[in-house]
Amino acid sequence: MPFVNWLKRRLVVLAGLLTLAYLLLPNVIVTVFSFNKPKGRFNYEWQQFSTDAWQDPCGVADMCGSLSISLQIAVWATVGATLLGTMISFALVRYRFRARGAVNSLIFLPMAMPEVVMAASLLTLFLNMGAQLGFWTILIAHIMFCLSFVVTAVKARVMSMDPRLEEAARDLYAGPVQTFVRVTLPIAAPGIAAGALLSFALSFDDFIITNFNAGSTVTFPMFVWGSAQRGTPVQINVIGTAMFLIAVLFVLTSMVVSNRRNKQKA
Amino acid sequence: MKTTPDNSGDVRLSGISKTYGSFTAVHPLDLTVPEGSFFALLGASGCGKTTTLRMIAGLEEPSSGTVRLGDQDVTHLPPYKRPVNTVFQSYALFPHLDIFENVAFGLRRRGIKSVKKQVEEMLELVQLGEQARKKPHQLSGGQQQRVAVARALINHPKVLLLDEPLGALDLKLRRQMQLELKRIQTEVGITFVHVTHDQEEAMTMADTVAVMNGGRVEQLGAPTDLYENPQTTFVANFLGTSNLIEAEVDTENGDDIVLKAGGGKLVLPEARCSAPTTAGGKVLVGIRPEKIALTHADEAGSIPEGRNRVTGKIADASFIGVSTQYVIDTPVCDEFAVYVQNVERDGRLVPGADVVLHWSPAHTFGLDAAQDIDAGTEEEAAA
Repeated sequence: MPFVNWLKRRLVVLAGLLTLAYLLLPNVIVTVFSFNKPKGRFNYEWQQFSTDAWQDPCGVADMCGSLSISLQIAVWATVGATLLGTMISFALVRYRFRARGAVNSLIFLPMAMPEVVMAASLLTLFLNMGAQLGFWTILIAHIMFCLSFVVTAVKARVMSMDPRLEEAARDLYAGPVQTFVRVTLPIAAPGIAAGALLSFALSFDDFIITNFNAGSTVTFPMFVWGSAQRGTPVQINVIGTAMFLIAVLFVLTSMVVSNRRNKQKA
Repeated sequence: MKTTPDNSGDVRLSGISKTYGSFTAVHPLDLTVPEGSFFALLGASGCGKTTTLRMIAGLEEPSSGTVRLGDQDVTHLPPYKRPVNTVFQSYALFPHLDIFENVAFGLRRRGIKSVKKQVEEMLELVQLGEQARKKPHQLSGGQQQRVAVARALINHPKVLLLDEPLGALDLKLRRQMQLELKRIQTEVGITFVHVTHDQEEAMTMADTVAVMNGGRVEQLGAPTDLYENPQTTFVANFLGTSNLIEAEVDTENGDDIVLKAGGGKLVLPEARCSAPTTAGGKVLVGIRPEKIALTHADEAGSIPEGRNRVTGKIADASFIGVSTQYVIDTPVCDEFAVYVQNVERDGRLVPGADVVLHWSPAHTFGLDAAQDIDAGTEEEAAA
């Protein structure tokens, strides 16, 4: 049975490919339908190939405005959550203070709480405080739920860092600032970067919490949701595909750069 | 690269101690390490040797006392302002920097711009010129160890501190690195302070060894001096093996003390006794296993006069190549250790044989009987 033998030897690879296909199929659909020319208002059936949407990505009213708001919020939420989260992580790992254990577990509560419940409660809170719903309430909410993820990512990295590395830096004439910049930060960087990327993705994507606390502000996910009721413009797929391509490009570039760096050194 | 002897490389610790809450890691300690010497702090884990080293480095603030380098009081200087560098246990190489940058780190932090030549020379000294662009994790343990030494030495510190630098290496590599470190120290002439729990390592490398126990220095001296003339039971047991016998002072005979032990008499030169001796008082008599000769009981008559003798029965014999290690049951001590070189083996010396142990009184040493006779033995087994 040569075929069975052939299959046996490649089963792992085959299973891997199938899983990959399962993961990527939705992305493929998004991309393919960004080149569709739908007949009605809904982009659900393949009609014919067209690059219309790609040539005029902002052709849909308000869509690019909502995209810009989403990007702004994602950038600031990432900056805020990464800064605060990194500092919290260092505090939790390096210092012994009262209620450290409590803080350690409380920081994960936002991850455990059902998002829709938290969204509703946040709205209650903002309303009671008399806050004006909009950009700022969304940003505050996003920083809050991104924090847990940053802390998780950075803490693992800081915990596995040998404290002797910093002692070695101080022993080698690096003052406190130099030690942090030259040794602590570079070693923690992969964890911080992971936390930041996660924050950006989560914030850009978020619908539930945003929808409750946005007031009249419309983010990109809210725009997509809203338009899905009345018809889905192809431009949504264009934006989705573009984001996906940018992410892929990002990963590829960093791989090429690190490869080239390693080759230079070898 | 030799430093001129202006004593600026002396390390002078006066009355330094370290306490954590109610725990005293280091009791007030006075210690002078002369410039250019290879000094070892030897002891079991938790004896305060690493804490002492860290106080010299500035990584630990002493609870009392002062640290001086030459005439400069550095007690309150942070580590990055002290002309002292450390080779850390498990090396603490910076994982994100390559070997070159690891070695250049200290120079760069002091604002030196052209580091290339110095780093390359230093990497040559430790035979790692080829590895400059590799990351630490790409090197073997022995190579990483050499990088750690190079990274410290390139700064021309007044004193190089080594915290169990060879602890992570296997035995063969450790022997090799011991010689290597000794060579480097001779070459650069910098004061080395070396912390170790390995008595052989301390004795091979150091000019002077301080044996620490329970936060105190038990004895300080040249390796041979410590080995031949231990002053405490801890030193006698921790450095090599000692047979310790409880004995009673009988008479004094000129420069010698005659002792009674297990019905026999033993002679101990008074100069080699660190305990007060009054007639009827107790002392611990010590003798190293390799100083003892073993004769079968049938030939007891051939043993020359004037040697200390103890009779016994062989309980156990293990052949380990260069020597045979016997455990002998005697009236004075039921586990008398004797190491006999395998030169002319007497086939009758097997377990169960009656034997006479004899040795020259000059090799006998006397210790204060008020101490714990087993001090230093368990720790050694654990190390």
